[in-house]
Amino acid sequence: MSMKASTRQVDGVTIVDLSGRITLGEGSVVLRDTIKDLLSKGQKKILLNLGDVSYIDSSGIGELVSAFTSVRNQGGELKLLHLTKKVHDLLQITKLYTVFDVKDDEATAIAAFTR
Amino acid sequence: MMAAPQRVSYRMESTLDSVNKAEEMADQVAAQAGFDEDTRGGLAMAVREGMINAILHGNAYAPDKRVNLSFEQTPQEMIVTISDEGHGFVPEEVPDPLAPENLLKGSGRGIFLMRAFMDEVRFRKLEPGTEITLIKRLPQQ
Repeated sequence: MSMKASTRQVDGVTIVDLSGRITLGEGSVVLRDTIKDLLSKGQKKILLNLGDVSYIDSSGIGELVSAFTSVRNQGGELKLLHLTKKVHDLLQITKLYTVFDVKDDEATAIAAFTR
Repeated sequence: MMAAPQRVSYRMESTLDSVNKAEEMADQVAAQAGFDEDTRGGLAMAVREGMINAILHGNAYAPDKRVNLSFEQTPQEMIVTISDEGHGFVPEEVPDPLAPENLLKGSGRGIFLMRAFMDEVRFRKLEPGTEITLIKRLPQQ
């Protein structure tokens, strides 16, 4: 039930492939540590791939928002990729869907980062 | 003849494990009650958020404090009650997470999510603690 995060680089963008649950405890901590680590290395163009994220609770939503503001405050960009229906619906009802830049296609998402 | 109400109660430790167990139990109870998959998911999330509220914000993970959780089914609805032994809070004072000034806050969405997924959410002050009652109407036969 835990969460896994792995990173890869494509055209200057760091893609974080997340899988599992972003919930209070381990899942939220993994996301927080990953973002903190990327920012400390100066990697500020971050695409979170949520295609294999099955579930997010209020803590996970909070962690996504914190990631977004942390990256933005350091002059970077954070976008979301491949939302499942559950996560999409959750971002809709919390009015966060329009706050995040959400993409359905990886190549399009990468091209959308500021050069 | 109407079926007699069924109620099952648990006294749980103030741990993250209890949050996960309660969520799983809620999903099972909701399935037995006949809710569809989407409704079950929302109901389980509401229970998860209620448990987080009780354990994190109420009991603050205190090892000497417990959370009481109960599931009750009547012919009309499923009722989940969660109570903690913390200092209590005033639900009306919790900021609206949808207000523009709160949208980018890292917390404060738990009660909103409970209300989003349940038909009724009630709060009652205990001495000490808070009791949250979550109600979901059963699907019509």
